[in-house]
Amino acid sequence: MSETHDATEAQLALEVRELSFTYSGRPALDDVSLAVRAGEFVVLLGPNGAGKTTLFSLITRLHDRRRGEIRIGGFDVRRQAVQAHARIGAVFQQPTLDLDLSVMQNLAYHGALHGMSRGEAKSRALAQLERVGLADQRRTRVRRLSGGQRRRVEIARGLMHEPRLLLLDEPTVGLDIASRRDLVAHAHRLCAEAGVAVLWATHLIDEVRRGDRVAVLHRGRLLADEQGEALTARLGVETLGEAFDRLVGDEEAACE
Amino acid sequence: MRVMPWLHCLRGVVGRELLRFLHQRSRFLAALVRPLVWLFVFAAGFRMALGVAMTEPYQTYILYEVYIVPGLVGMIQLFNGMQSSLSMVYDREMGSMRVLLVSPFPRWYLLVCKLLASTLVSVVQVYVFLAIAWAYGIQAPAMGYLYLLPALLVTGFMVGALGLLLSSFIRQLENFAGVMNFVIFPMFFLSSALYPLWRIREGSYLVYQIAALNPFTHAVEMIRFAMYERFNGEAVLISVAVAAVLLVLAILGYNPSRGMMARKGNAG
Repeated sequence: MSETHDATEAQLALEVRELSFTYSGRPALDDVSLAVRAGEFVVLLGPNGAGKTTLFSLITRLHDRRRGEIRIGGFDVRRQAVQAHARIGAVFQQPTLDLDLSVMQNLAYHGALHGMSRGEAKSRALAQLERVGLADQRRTRVRRLSGGQRRRVEIARGLMHEPRLLLLDEPTVGLDIASRRDLVAHAHRLCAEAGVAVLWATHLIDEVRRGDRVAVLHRGRLLADEQGEALTARLGVETLGEAFDRLVGDEEAACE
Repeated sequence: MRVMPWLHCLRGVVGRELLRFLHQRSRFLAALVRPLVWLFVFAAGFRMALGVAMTEPYQTYILYEVYIVPGLVGMIQLFNGMQSSLSMVYDREMGSMRVLLVSPFPRWYLLVCKLLASTLVSVVQVYVFLAIAWAYGIQAPAMGYLYLLPALLVTGFMVGALGLLLSSFIRQLENFAGVMNFVIFPMFFLSSALYPLWRIREGSYLVYQIAALNPFTHAVEMIRFAMYERFNGEAVLISVAVAAVLLVLAILGYNPSRGMMARKGNAG
């Protein structure tokens, strides 16, 4: 019995169980449970202030004064922090590249932070840059790249240590429509090709693709967690937008 | 436990800090001009008003310019430590702190790497400053420049850890001007950097008492004695102890579950 339990746990790239977090007296996350399997693409959909960034901060252990459990690939982020952290790749909401350094210097720094030798970091960085189509820009200063290119560099960086889980926190903020579409497509390819589990946080409903699983977060609570099509069918509405309004609307009504 | 990955991490953090320093020429220039202005303008003007009688560790009567140099070395490190620790967290750099902290290495180790990196940057600044002072005619014994190195490491850790500690829990000090007014200036002026303690005592006993308690005074005296090939045990002991305590507090401040980071939270 326990063996099968362990086996399923290992397959889960991310497992969040009954997670609650209070921020200055106000619950920022309230009893959130969420699981993402290897190779799965999950859109974490919610308006600004829903608790998406808080959830990411807790997963990456920027802070962790919380109730509940978080496991990455079966490893508890608190008790087995080293193993858990090594399996997370993250693209944060705000840009985190060093503008004055070259693309390669940025990636080499990240490699070193994950304990890679200079040579290993370089070869891994090159492989990831090729994947995002920026290998020939590796000596360019980040300052001279476009917003979309910078995001792709950050994704390449997030994947250098071959994480099992890639977290992206509103990665398309500030990008034009074409770059946004490219980025969404690229993240999906990663799932399909490399088996990376992706948790993509956004407030933009049009970033949800057919077949994506959608987790709707509102005011710190998870209101829905199922495939987009199944969600619209269950609520008897045409579009995901309507489904979202319905869910959020019910929530507002319940609060009053 | 394998050692190499830890060294790679350290190399990465130090290398990045040095690269950034090389790229930010204006920061380097500012860091250099500040003490030079003090030396050439302030000290040269005071030279007439204030000779310094024989004081330890000096063997003879000295010019005021000679007296002020160790204090200015301390000032370089003070500014650098505050700047790098605070900029790491605030401004557009909040992101780079996150990049550092998602590394799988333990947080205390990452912070120590970071402090060592910023300390080494300040050491480079100090030696360039001392080279210019040398050319100007303020020359310490040759070995003094070597003995100075460990003193610089201790001071660098002390002020860097203080900056980290401040950055971890004081939200109001978000701009550098605030830190300058409430931390850097009091620490610098209420110390033995500009005047010997006995001289301050003649002026005001209260200020003297504050300066004698100020850890920066002891850091400056440690630097001053080291530069003249002397070992000031009391100053070293106090400086190392203060650096260690601040380091522990800064690490606690960045502990994700107990520290102030948790209290600050992050909406969104």
